[in-house]
Amino acid sequence: MDLFEYQGKQFFAKYGMPTSPGKIAFTVDEAVQAAEELGTPVMVKAQVHTGGRGKAGGVKFAATIEDVTEHASNILGLDIKGHIVGRVWIEKASDIAEEYYASFTLDRSAKKHLGMLSKEGGVEIETVAEENPDAIAKIWVDPVDGLSEDQCKAWVKAANLPAEAFDGTVDILLKLYEAYTDGDADLVEINPLILTPEGKVHVLDAKVTLDGNSVFRHENYEQYDETQTRDERETAAHSKGLQYVGLDGSVGVIANGAGLAMSTVDVINQVGGKPANFLDIGGGANADVMAGALEVINNDPNVKAIFINIFGGITRGEEVANGILEAMKRVDIESPIVIRLDGTNADEGRAILEPNLSEKLLMETTMLDAATTAVQLAQ
Amino acid sequence: MSIFVDETTKVIYQGLTGSQGSYYGRLNREYGTQVVAGTHPKKAGTDVDGVPIYANVAEAVEATGATASCIFIPAAGVRGAVMEAAEGGVKFIVAVTEGVPAHDEAIFYNQLKRDYPDVQLLGPNCPGIISPGKCNIGITAGHIAKPGGPVGIVSRSGTLTYQALYELKQKDIGVTTCVGIGGDPVPGTSFIDCLEAFEADPETKAIMMIGEIGGSAEEEAAEYIKDHVTKPVSSYIAGVTAPPGKKMGHAGAIVSGGKGTAKAKMEALEAAGVRVGNNPTEAGELMAEIVATL
Repeated sequence: MDLFEYQGKQFFAKYGMPTSPGKIAFTVDEAVQAAEELGTPVMVKAQVHTGGRGKAGGVKFAATIEDVTEHASNILGLDIKGHIVGRVWIEKASDIAEEYYASFTLDRSAKKHLGMLSKEGGVEIETVAEENPDAIAKIWVDPVDGLSEDQCKAWVKAANLPAEAFDGTVDILLKLYEAYTDGDADLVEINPLILTPEGKVHVLDAKVTLDGNSVFRHENYEQYDETQTRDERETAAHSKGLQYVGLDGSVGVIANGAGLAMSTVDVINQVGGKPANFLDIGGGANADVMAGALEVINNDPNVKAIFINIFGGITRGEEVANGILEAMKRVDIESPIVIRLDGTNADEGRAILEPNLSEKLLMETTMLDAATTAVQLAQ
Repeated sequence: MSIFVDETTKVIYQGLTGSQGSYYGRLNREYGTQVVAGTHPKKAGTDVDGVPIYANVAEAVEATGATASCIFIPAAGVRGAVMEAAEGGVKFIVAVTEGVPAHDEAIFYNQLKRDYPDVQLLGPNCPGIISPGKCNIGITAGHIAKPGGPVGIVSRSGTLTYQALYELKQKDIGVTTCVGIGGDPVPGTSFIDCLEAFEADPETKAIMMIGEIGGSAEEEAAEYIKDHVTKPVSSYIAGVTAPPGKKMGHAGAIVSGGKGTAKAKMEALEAAGVRVGNNPTEAGELMAEIVATL
């Protein structure tokens, strides 16, 4: 789950990290009111789940209330890499002496937590990593032991931050690690972490991704679920508990299992088609789940053909076939469907589907043939 | 021979009294797996179809001499269940449960490495392991695999594993052991652990490896194959066309920051001499070609 910047800052503030006072605004009026309460100058910052906001004109300095009005009107509704800005964060402007970078994430190779700290902040860390890798001080933290104060100090020392930033940075990093582990985050990133002319270290931006698997122990995370960026199709699928990712092609995909679903998307591309989505309905393929999946796909106006790719393991072929037929009775489907059913009792399953085949319901025995047929039908 | 488990492996099911645990526990037992015990803190002394329930893994091990356990416990309890199994004395733990928080996985992975280095954890979020004809622990449909050899399979994806087993069976090719390592960010058993075991197993003559986008486990496996694996390997990587930044069903299947793409993985494997198919069927055909030359 990706948090907006302001949610990330509120999340950090709970762990005692210094952030600037600010308010969220959905309209120009609210932005003006927020600026009046905070007192100018303020920053007007687009809240979107993507990077590159500054370049796209989504982050502006406002010296006066008139500036706030102008910038908020421009930024609200702005399209930043396909994300339409629906809210802006109005924050008390900070004076910046230096900009740093700090983050924690899981290093899947080392199977330890990786902390990165750099005195070259304010730019993308990937760029720093490429152009000046020595400017990034890394630390690998054993998840069992956690990050000790001594380790943290040695790490900050290795990053060559100026002496006046040392204590403040150590303090923030220890809290950042606590937020990362206690909050079950996949990623916590502060870029930039700033040093003010007064010598204070301060969080100026926040990027937080939380582990969706941890929601059971964080009741308040439901609020973030509501602010995820999803298109209409993804929202509908999510509400049905389906693993769905929207794509921009014309062949709707339903498969059981994440690997098979990914593979199905790949094969459609391989035979010259464009998949409309990734959809994993999980292990079984009962009528309820299948009907829900068909409904989501059917509501996608771009879909011209549907490819149902099921491998029966524990779930037998005849159960799958009956599930599909039952689901088709419940949903009025416009596009032709191509089914490929394989695995346990595939023959029995196919025998059940056989009498129901038509120009709207076709069957192929291999994944490749089924993909080819579906792609032809979509054209 | 098989790797990790065989017909002598005695298995405890943590969560055998639950709906998933009892369902798959029964199927595993019907397949021939030695399902010797279940555990539940409050149901000790009862049984599931004659399989005795103990209060914890230590007591079950004491009573039955089991060396493996299979976890069908809800995600919130998996960290505790894994440590209970290791402390209880089993040497092989299969965690089927999906949805375990990554921070929990990172903790128990490192805790096991430190305190129980001889314990092998498989999963979480994995279909389990099957040594066809001998032992099936987890949720794989046993009859889709042909016993014998000469192929060993290791895979990050459940359904693609089944697909591979099934395609090999259609071609009358047997499997020594098929290991589903699971699609999570911190798998207890890696590709390399399995490659090493297959390389050492005299009955395994060829290896099929099924990967997917995300992380760098396939690249690391490619490095390992180059230096340590003499047996022929065929492979397939799912997610060639997956958009960056999106989790494709599995928590670990995500291309982020340009890293973890299928293309990079396929190239690394090809450079290591692995025959890489463009889809699961092709990978199966490549394996059939390899087997024909053995």
